[in-house]
Amino acid sequence: MQFDTNELVSFMTNWSVVLPAIVTTILMAILAQLLGIVLGLVAALAGRSRNIAVHGIAAVYVWIFRGTPVLVQIMLLYFGVPALLGGADPFPNTYPFLPAIMSGPFVAAMLALGVNEGAYMSEIIRAGILSVDAGQAEAAKSLGMTPRKTMSRIVLPQAMRVIIPPLGNEFNNMLKTTSLASMITVTELVMVAQMRYAGTFKPFEPLVGISLYYLAMTTVWGFVQSRIERKLGVGLARSDDEPGFWARTLSMSRGAPRAGGMR
Amino acid sequence: MTTPAGHIHGTDVKVSHDLLAAIGGAPTASTELVVDAQHVDKWFGKLHVLQDVSLQVRRQEVVVILGPSGSGKTTFIRCVNHLEKIQQGRISVNGHLIGYREGDGKLVEDKEANIARQRQEIGMVFQRFNLFPHKTALENIIEAPVQVKGMARDEALEMGKALLQRVGLAAKADAYPAQLSGGQQQRVAIARALAMKPALMLFDEPTSALDPEMIGEVLEVMKELAREGMTMIVVTHEMGFAREVADRVVMMDEGRVVEEGTPDAFFSNPTNDRTKSFLAKIL
Ligand SMILES: Nc1ncnc2c1ncn2[C@@H]1O[C@H](COP(=O)(O)OP(=O)(O)OP(=O)(O)O)[C@@H](O)[C@H]1O
Ligand SMILES: [Mg+2]
Repeated sequence: MQFDTNELVSFMTNWSVVLPAIVTTILMAILAQLLGIVLGLVAALAGRSRNIAVHGIAAVYVWIFRGTPVLVQIMLLYFGVPALLGGADPFPNTYPFLPAIMSGPFVAAMLALGVNEGAYMSEIIRAGILSVDAGQAEAAKSLGMTPRKTMSRIVLPQAMRVIIPPLGNEFNNMLKTTSLASMITVTELVMVAQMRYAGTFKPFEPLVGISLYYLAMTTVWGFVQSRIERKLGVGLARSDDEPGFWARTLSMSRGAPRAGGMR
Repeated sequence: MTTPAGHIHGTDVKVSHDLLAAIGGAPTASTELVVDAQHVDKWFGKLHVLQDVSLQVRRQEVVVILGPSGSGKTTFIRCVNHLEKIQQGRISVNGHLIGYREGDGKLVEDKEANIARQRQEIGMVFQRFNLFPHKTALENIIEAPVQVKGMARDEALEMGKALLQRVGLAAKADAYPAQLSGGQQQRVAIARALAMKPALMLFDEPTSALDPEMIGEVLEVMKELAREGMTMIVVTHEMGFAREVADRVVMMDEGRVVEEGTPDAFFSNPTNDRTKSFLAKIL
């Protein structure tokens, strides 16, 4: 087999096709991740509820969406829900109130990816909350703070230190998992590659081309992620004299004075 | 309070007088009896940690609780602000039943919002400080007044700075807890509790996580508070503090109050055998 470099370059620089696909991929990943964070937070908090029903719903949600393939979830939402609804089509080709890029299939894939992601984020956020010393919540309560205030003002900000690194990995995954949206006709990168080789019968070049684009996206995100983590002082000792916000936080909870600390 | 405002040995930390002036004077409890614990029983599973514990604390009284490890001292004061549930008996602070309300002749656990409101008038100082590590000393102090009481931020900052000054830490307002020594952290923690203008302060071994040279500075702040008329329950192994500051000493053993009395009577003439052997070991 011969690798046609010209075909690769020609595909990759076919901007009018490739650029919207890249935008679609990134936009879908961001929106799905945001949805996942929100749902994950709700599920993590619900999972701590003393109310058995609330607690149970959260547990079942995580159980189902972590226990079935996300591709099946996407297809169930896109094909199954309209069938259930009968006449009305919740996923038309275009919505009058949304940009063209956010088609019905786009919305269906984004929702399914986000709901699926929420199940994983729930576990990550739960672990983050558990990582915060119980004395913190007790101190907040002893000051008269309600459980809600205690969570939002005291526990969650400290849990972020533990939540952020896996969250970054989740988003890396999400960037790539959006490729499943091609299964329901979303014109993201995989779909664009498939359309190309359907005409040229040269599958190798466009597949390498989109791989390079995925690699570029995840690499850029990797830089962004490490910058965020460095800023938060996660797992990294800062060389500056003035310790970062989270670097200071990290050395806490031992309750002992920092060796050689300022007095 | 009749404790003389004499010089306190073993510390060179200056705590200015009028600690309570920083929060607008000594809080006046609405009743003479600030704490009224009646026949409290508590179990952890099968372990009967509190057995028929009754304790009354009058306004401006300082009660020190002594007792061997595992005798239930921590558990008891945690029950006073409902960080722990009780299974029998009742605890009132300032005339309000804590953690429970009457329903059908039985006590049922109160709503979280009500419990939170009741805790506003009970300050607590922990063995391990539990300062919020993501907030500066000053932010630690103003957090609850602003978030819970809705105090204006400027007003809270004003009060927070005054409190820091009173505990000798005016220069540390912008320091994070990790940048403070243990003794400094505990003094900030006391200031943080005072910022809610509590009618009662609970201390659970506030100096036992500290290096010896820092114990004095924390005890000094507590003595000043006592002199100014704060009502306090203090769990401590600092016998000097108990002798000097306590109005009453309470001895707990195996979940029971086995003896109580004035420091003089308690230390010179203990009547209970458990107290005698405990004092023999610790003094
Ligand atoms: N959350 C808990 N679950 C189960 N048992 C507990 C719990 N907290 C305390 N206990 C037990 O209850 C008993 C009383 O503990 P508590 O901490 O009140 O004692 P203490 O008098 O404060 O002791 P110390 O001087 O060591 O602080 C101990 O036997 C302890 O092991
Ligand atoms: Mg204890």
